[in-house]
Amino acid sequence: MKMRKWLIGMLLAFIAFFVWVPLWLLISGSLMGAEEMTQNLAPVLGNTEGTAVWPLLPMYPTLKPYIELLLDTPQFFAMFWNSCRQVFPVVIGQVLIGAPAAWAFARFHFRGKKILYSLYIVLMLMPFQVTMVSSYLVLDNLGLMNSVWAIILPGAVSTFPVFLMVRFFTSIPSALTEAAALDGAGPLQIFFHIGLPLGAPGILSAVVLGFLEYWNALEQPLTFLQDKTLWPLSLYLPTVTADNAGVSLVASVIMLVPALLIFLFGQRYLEAGISASGMKD
Amino acid sequence: MKLYRKRSERRPWEENESEGAVPWLFVLPSLLAVTVLVLLPFIDVVRRSFFSAMSGQFVGFKNYLTVFQNDAFRLAAGNTAKFVAVCIPLLLVFSLLLALLVNAFREKRGVFKTSFLIPMAIPVASIVLLWKVVFHENGLFNIFLGWLGAAPVDWLDSELTFAVLVFSYLWKNTGYDMILWLSGITAISPALYESAQIDGAGALQRFFRITLPGLMPTLFTITVLSLLNSFKVFREAYLIGGNYPNTSIYMLQHLFNNWFADLDVDKMCAGAVLMALVVFLLIMLLQRFWGREAQNE
Repeated sequence: MKMRKWLIGMLLAFIAFFVWVPLWLLISGSLMGAEEMTQNLAPVLGNTEGTAVWPLLPMYPTLKPYIELLLDTPQFFAMFWNSCRQVFPVVIGQVLIGAPAAWAFARFHFRGKKILYSLYIVLMLMPFQVTMVSSYLVLDNLGLMNSVWAIILPGAVSTFPVFLMVRFFTSIPSALTEAAALDGAGPLQIFFHIGLPLGAPGILSAVVLGFLEYWNALEQPLTFLQDKTLWPLSLYLPTVTADNAGVSLVASVIMLVPALLIFLFGQRYLEAGISASGMKD
Repeated sequence: MKLYRKRSERRPWEENESEGAVPWLFVLPSLLAVTVLVLLPFIDVVRRSFFSAMSGQFVGFKNYLTVFQNDAFRLAAGNTAKFVAVCIPLLLVFSLLLALLVNAFREKRGVFKTSFLIPMAIPVASIVLLWKVVFHENGLFNIFLGWLGAAPVDWLDSELTFAVLVFSYLWKNTGYDMILWLSGITAISPALYESAQIDGAGALQRFFRITLPGLMPTLFTITVLSLLNSFKVFREAYLIGGNYPNTSIYMLQHLFNNWFADLDVDKMCAGAVLMALVVFLLIMLLQRFWGREAQNE
């Protein structure tokens, strides 16, 4: 029995290795000085002869690339700011618009609810290729193409967060809402004083999943933002060339940090959200 | 007594139409936004798919025919189909294996769960450079292969790029499916295992007689969710090949991007409607299964 456990542990550790090594390389690589970086990666980025080297520990670790990025690269802040002002409004919008709708789907009975909810599920499962043209047509009509709104508006009306929150709102015991109604609380009061606090895990899992999704967004900004000064980090980093590899690696790490923090603090909600997305109703 | 009566008076108030406008007020902001930004424009797209954008004339199914005859469309649709056929089974099996391993390993389970979920949080943009260095012709993976005596291969721009795509997709998405499997596993009643143990069933028998049948409903859900998720593989393809990748990983999203760059509204509309139809069929399949399952319970 002990032997078996040990074997399973080794196997799991081996697989986890594929996750931890890239992360480690990313962070250790960001501490390489510019010279070391050029030397190590030239065979890949500059197409010189030989093979690339990515040491597990940099020979001469230095924070210089970080300082360079933070002090001398104003474009980086512009990109980072672009990412923030596109992602946060999307997530906030999803909650503001989605939570009341989810509450209605979870707690009320009304004509057409079933059809409407099915429609929401269908919409949530549609890939970007389907909604891309229609979004473009609206955004173009509203004159919003090539502005942050082109990312925010379609993102904020996504129906996936609604679906997730419905799952969590439904699980609030109806005895609670009934008792509140008995005490004379109106529907709004019940929503704010019972629905929101008790449904918080659902809202948080929508927030965590939404953040990770949009922080990583590629398709939408690539299509709707022609102006490169509006590009978020997620779109800018893949276009990096050899001469600024060092800076881009640091930018990669800095971009990773918010996502990792949200992941680590919100892992519980993330897992709950994933499980909820797989449950049948 | 009084309390009880009051409650029974409330019930009908809570549960039938006499709630009137209240639920609608809750749904309204969302419904309005969805209607204006998604539904109406999509209906317009369906309409446009039967018209010519240039002349404004009704052209019937001509746009659809053009799409079907388009070489790039065939390539992208073929690649997408191939990707789904190769990657989804791998993803399902591999994530199930991980879930079973994690489930069997009780003490430090959290560490491993976290490890396998982390790639989900890692933005594709953050690992682009690393992927380049690993899979480049002069890169780390070829050095490793060199030790084994194999000749270097250009992983980023050859037929083999497809394998890198599959690997990257698995790397990023296995955690998600693992969590789904795990919640399926925990839903199986422990009493079943206990009685099986008493009856002297071995680990393998328990797996094939209890775990696997117990996971059938989960299997279907995960398959459909994974299928639908796989339309997002563009991100990984972009990670490997940027906007103009090797033809072996040219996906539908690349095609749509090209159409978009040319402002080819006719093809985009017809393509979007076709896509929507395919996805809708998949959803119907899921619905039917969920319905059948509900009857069995």
